[in-house]
Amino acid sequence: MRTLIELDRVEARYGPVQALHGVSLTVREGEVVAVLGANGAGKTTTLRAISGTVARSGTIELEGKALRGGPDAAAKAGVAHVPEGRGTFVDLTVNENLRLGAYTRRDRKVKEDIERVSEYFPWMVERGGQRAGTLSGGEQQMLALARALMSRPRLLLLDEPSLGLAPLIVKEFFRTVRELNEKEGLTVLVVEQDARIALASSSRAYVLEVGQVALTGTSDELRGNESIRRSYLGY
Amino acid sequence: MLAAAFADFMQQIVAGLASGGIYALLALALVIIHRSTGVINFAQGEMATLSTYIAWTLIANHGWPYWPAFVATLGLSFLGGVATHRIVIRPVERGNVLRIVIVTIGLLIAINGFVVWQWSGEPQQLDSPFTSIFEALDIPDIVDVGGVAISMKDVGTIAVAIGMVVLLWGLFQFTKVGLALRASAVNPEEARLVGVRVTWMLALGWGLAATLGAVAGMLTAPTVGLDPNLMQALLIYAFAAAVLGGIDSPLGAVVGGLLLGVMLNMLSYLSQYRLFDWFTEELRLPTALVIILVVLLVRPAGLFGHPEVKRV
Repeated sequence: MRTLIELDRVEARYGPVQALHGVSLTVREGEVVAVLGANGAGKTTTLRAISGTVARSGTIELEGKALRGGPDAAAKAGVAHVPEGRGTFVDLTVNENLRLGAYTRRDRKVKEDIERVSEYFPWMVERGGQRAGTLSGGEQQMLALARALMSRPRLLLLDEPSLGLAPLIVKEFFRTVRELNEKEGLTVLVVEQDARIALASSSRAYVLEVGQVALTGTSDELRGNESIRRSYLGY
Repeated sequence: MLAAAFADFMQQIVAGLASGGIYALLALALVIIHRSTGVINFAQGEMATLSTYIAWTLIANHGWPYWPAFVATLGLSFLGGVATHRIVIRPVERGNVLRIVIVTIGLLIAINGFVVWQWSGEPQQLDSPFTSIFEALDIPDIVDVGGVAISMKDVGTIAVAIGMVVLLWGLFQFTKVGLALRASAVNPEEARLVGVRVTWMLALGWGLAATLGAVAGMLTAPTVGLDPNLMQALLIYAFAAAVLGGIDSPLGAVVGGLLLGVMLNMLSYLSQYRLFDWFTEELRLPTALVIILVVLLVRPAGLFGHPEVKRV
């Protein structure tokens, strides 16, 4: 498989506080890769470094081309970032959210894509005119995912999708992500506190500790790893 | 007797809608900037005055016909609004809101000074946008509708105001750039993530606001005379309209403007009766200020400002 994105010794900082101390990782085309770690390990910052929403150094290459500039440049290059806490425009309608997802596209197939994406989320069809803020938490997270798909992303970044959602909804969310990965070949880099579901849904994973990669391997290997089991899986 | 009273009443309604339409345009400009930049642009009125002087210069000094000058002024005002955001507002945007407010007040004083320096304080006469059209179409200034004498200039003013509002509504509702403008206003961080260049959207908002102000100025100047303080009272009325309708609601700005215009003219009309004989024209502006105060005390969100509805 081809390498889709490669981070090489990426550092990032918020003002005086350095959050990433040289993170290197790769995601190949068609993979679902998980990033695990404790609070403050730099998981969210890793995603933000990729989408250009934090000051960073080091190199980030998407399909061999360096990613530079702000989030609008990353979006244009094909990175769809679903931030923590449901990335939806709560004041806009479901349909408007979907249309915004396609903002970087210049083609005229946006309407068709809304239908295509809606196949995964049938409830969105009849509720297109509803304000996103009035959806349930789970529905908003699904909408955030659907909106990200509207950009036809090369790489989907998911930040803590399970946050604040009921376990059943989390399961459904990850099932949809896997389905998209299998059917559409969607490449996903997902940051997740819930290590169990993250490892069950991914093929490989990285474990971050204090802004650096501490451990990496296939998800199956990591599931069997004694210290991972104790620190992140809790059994 | 009764018929005459009714005719007078209807005339006041039409005149109220005409001045209300102008308040609505300027209020809409305030709302657009408040939604995107988060502040009241105190220089909104002076920017409009400057635009109106540009139109006057094109017509009076360069001999342009009215409507080409009108369109050129709108274009220049739009560019001026964009430039104002890029050059003056953007550098202070990340800091305290108070800094932006102070910058807009500085802008107010600077533009006012520039206008006086450039055109002197002498009042000038700007043509009404409708004179040439009425002449060409052979429409009289006053039309009798069932005994009610309606000023066609008022009708024209209302039509232009409605036209601008509809155009703007269509832009916000049906175009991609309109959607991006709204997204940038409600959630700039998120808008960046989907690829919207938010700072340009904010600049675009300033351009649109300046354009609306220019229309308001060019509609006002022919009746009250063009002088450097043309828009100062109007800005207060626009504040009152925006606060009344809800400072975050474009619809509210329009309804608030029309309502305020009709309300003030009703007070003028009623002043012929005993109960309201205390009301004189000098009280129009203080009344607007009282409205601002009462709305802020009783219903701070205004008529159309809705409290956040959110399920988490």
